[in-house]
Amino acid sequence: MIDPLNIGLVVLIVGLAVWIILARDAFSAVVAFIAYGLLLTLVWAQLQGIDVALTEAAIGGGLTGALLIGAASRLKRTENAVSAEQPGIALKWLAAGLSTAVTLVLAICVLALPDPAPSLADAVAANIGSTGVGNPITAVLLAFRAMDTLLEAVVLVFALIGVWSLTPDRFWAGRPGLKQSADPNGVLAYIARVLPPIGLVVGLYIFWVGADYPGGKFQGATILAAMWLLVIMAGLADAPAIDRGLLRFSLVLGPLAFIGIGVLGVAVAGDFLAYPVEYAKPLILVIEFALMPTLTLILGLLLLGAPQRAVES
Amino acid sequence: MTEPGTLSLVCAVLLPFLGVLAGLALGGRNVRAVALITILAGLAVVFSIALTFVQSAQPLTYLLGGWAPPLGIALRADGLSVTMMLAVAVVVAGIAAYAWRDFAPPAGDAGKRAPFMYWLLLLAVWGSLNLVFLSGDLFTLYVALELLTFAGVPLVCLDGRGETLRAALRYLLFALAGSLLYLLGAVLLYGAHGTLDIALLAGLVSPGPIAWTAAALMTVGLLAKTALFPLHIWLPPAHAGAPAAGSAVLSALVIKGSWFLVVRLWFDVMPGVITFSAAQLLAALGALAIVVGSVVALRQERLKLLVAYSTIAQIGYLFLMFPLAFDAGGTALVHGAALDAGVLQAVSHATAKAGMFMAAGLIYASLGHDRIADLAGIARAMPVTVLAFAVAGLALMGVVPSGAYLAKKLLLAAADGSGQWWWTLVLQGGAAFTAGYMVLVLANVLRRPAAPVVLLKRASRLSETAALALAACSLLLALAALGPVPGDLISNPLAPKELLSTLAVVICGGLLAFGMSRRSLLAERADGGFARRAMVAAGAAFERLDEFARRWTSASILLLALAGLFGWLMVQGAAG
Amino acid sequence: MMTVASVFGLCAAALIGLGLFGLITHPQPLRKILAFNVIGSGVFLLFGAIAYRGAGAGMAADPVPQALLITGIVVAFSATALAVAVLLRLHEETGSASLTAEAADKRSGGGQDA
Repeated sequence: MIDPLNIGLVVLIVGLAVWIILARDAFSAVVAFIAYGLLLTLVWAQLQGIDVALTEAAIGGGLTGALLIGAASRLKRTENAVSAEQPGIALKWLAAGLSTAVTLVLAICVLALPDPAPSLADAVAANIGSTGVGNPITAVLLAFRAMDTLLEAVVLVFALIGVWSLTPDRFWAGRPGLKQSADPNGVLAYIARVLPPIGLVVGLYIFWVGADYPGGKFQGATILAAMWLLVIMAGLADAPAIDRGLLRFSLVLGPLAFIGIGVLGVAVAGDFLAYPVEYAKPLILVIEFALMPTLTLILGLLLLGAPQRAVES
Repeated sequence: MTEPGTLSLVCAVLLPFLGVLAGLALGGRNVRAVALITILAGLAVVFSIALTFVQSAQPLTYLLGGWAPPLGIALRADGLSVTMMLAVAVVVAGIAAYAWRDFAPPAGDAGKRAPFMYWLLLLAVWGSLNLVFLSGDLFTLYVALELLTFAGVPLVCLDGRGETLRAALRYLLFALAGSLLYLLGAVLLYGAHGTLDIALLAGLVSPGPIAWTAAALMTVGLLAKTALFPLHIWLPPAHAGAPAAGSAVLSALVIKGSWFLVVRLWFDVMPGVITFSAAQLLAALGALAIVVGSVVALRQERLKLLVAYSTIAQIGYLFLMFPLAFDAGGTALVHGAALDAGVLQAVSHATAKAGMFMAAGLIYASLGHDRIADLAGIARAMPVTVLAFAVAGLALMGVVPSGAYLAKKLLLAAADGSGQWWWTLVLQGGAAFTAGYMVLVLANVLRRPAAPVVLLKRASRLSETAALALAACSLLLALAALGPVPGDLISNPLAPKELLSTLAVVICGGLLAFGMSRRSLLAERADGGFARRAMVAAGAAFERLDEFARRWTSASILLLALAGLFGWLMVQGAAG
Repeated sequence: MMTVASVFGLCAAALIGLGLFGLITHPQPLRKILAFNVIGSGVFLLFGAIAYRGAGAGMAADPVPQALLITGIVVAFSATALAVAVLLRLHEETGSASLTAEAADKRSGGGQDA
């Protein structure tokens, strides 16, 4: 008997997805999307994926939602003009038919998945001892498949380079976003003073505990980035100019340290990104520690977007 | 087992990425120097990999972190990977030489963005491509595909104009849809077999609903990223709108990444699942691409758009090898002469197309426009550039001893061997279509101008030489491939038989050009005869077909429909 | 037999289908980006259901897919960020947020492209 909670979650999620796709107004679709992200977090908890749930809540729902809400409000005026380009009824039915066909085929595949399910859990359990960490997901991310994590950091750097390449020439090397200022005695400024220290501690804790319990650098970095963005939004600090040397250096520090430790692995343990058994956990912690500022900065900067103000002379 | 001396595989992937990080940290003034150092070091690494591979005579493997698949990730270099890496490294070096002057760091503060970004993006594309060629794990390949997209899209809108931004957005959205379909297939494969490693999957995958669905979805997603007709919605405006050095990267290099993955998927992951009829469909799309792409190229008025549509036609060639690569029983794809031919085509296209875009860019920069009708007299004013363009065109047409010629010979032999006469027709006829738009451009270029040509800017020697060198690489490629291929396939270019066939191709092409191109370009004095009117109508019909396929709704519907078609053909083939 | 994993797997299939419909039919790029995120979450949910099926060796789920999911979510976010940035820039530059070229720039213009 399936737990009614799961059935309820599925119904709500599919319902929200229908709303996201069929809503007339982009803004309400985005709001539905944020609720959708939060429900997905619950689903991940049900599927015993707490680390994934944390990431989904932080990045999938939180950061993506913030990004899309900002975009939706800026694009509000163009909506009517573009919606005139809607495809005709016949094409919509054709699209609906094809999409339904894809869903049916995928449903057949889901039901055709082999039983017993092939799994790498045994392999992970057998080898996790030599990595020194207790959380199997951290072991996969930073030991068995460390290359994927390194490449993920590179993906973030490339995305940031792509966003910065969109800067209008007159604003090059300037600051992202418009200058914010909030009433220094208002609620926003108050929250922006009180919350960040707490957020800092929580974020660092989540990062630290990820070695042995659910958590990790991405989730921690998201919280730190959110605190940073809060401070900027309240006008207590300004977005950094993108050609500041310190900023650029902090951005590349994470991946460079990661590659450096990988090279160290060649010398000491015989393979790129291999860790000598006695030092495995410390090395993993160093990598995560070096990646934190990089991730925090990139996540925040991706949300701030391309520079919109020239450097003050 | 990790063999000694294979650390260079890791270096090949990481060096360009290190270059990007170093360039980002060191800033605009130093980025070009960083790029130069990285390219030189990268060339050395790729050559050393080639040497190691030739000496060991078997694929090289590197286990990252010392963990073996299925738990870990392996990098693998076989003949296919090494060839592609060499070709890409040479083309990157050529493009860097071409762009050296254009994207030099400016002295003052103005105009610093584009050069800074260009060099970072060039290195980013290179590193992502090496990762695609070497990675042996489906998920790492997904990350590599995303890296390639993130590196390629900003090149399209580097000049910041509205049209290029729109083209970039269309490219990004369609490419992301393609990656998601690829990821969906990979997820299904993991669900069925518990591993994402290519070598392990090859032994585990067998025909069944999950394999068919994964194959169909992944193939179609990759075809969308490769812009095979009719999924080419994003390519013409993107490649025509990018700066010439960027178009060269996008056309010659970026699309090779997703094409390579189709090859890997069909030949190495699922050779027994792909059926003969599915391969016929793929090659049929390729043939359609050749015809439609070439005809629409003929109908263009601007040089860069013509070259972009020529890319669409040439992409079609890359897919002709699939039905010709089956084993004797027609059941599974095998590494053989047909695959060699496909790789030859990819390499010759990469070099020739880079040369062609470079030449077109030099012409635009010198004249201030790229209207084909007004190119008269350029041949005398910029002889080296026009020569580069002509050599690249000859190479694409398949004149002896170009790579395309050798590839065609190999494919014709395979078609004869397996009795697939229809591909013989396509292979022989395709050259005429290519000749069509080449004749169009060269006829205009060689015309005597009414007034002397005024050049706004003198093209830099280095850029012209780079364009000519890459075009020449393509034209002489068959000579370089002589080692593994029997020498008697390459006949003397001046033998009467070869000359006659080249002449026939050029004449057919000329007829197409006269018949179908726009009035202002070649046919000013052509009367409105029946033949001309019929051909123009045909050309216009092809143009409308192309415009239809390039609308978002039609293209995305075709995306799903093709996935269904591939899936159905695989189900049918297995049942039959 | 309907297990928890199957239920969420079927849910994932539905999400992917819905997202594809949105991707095809909405002309606004922002709605396409939303649809793309729905498809992505469907693919991730399918992977998560597969992970749940792979429980064993004292773990409640197969850790490899879950680790890859974290990477996937981050990659999807970067893609969204880049797409939104291009879209907003397009809007600033041209005043419209449409993917279809206006009739004007389909004509071959006077060689304005570089």
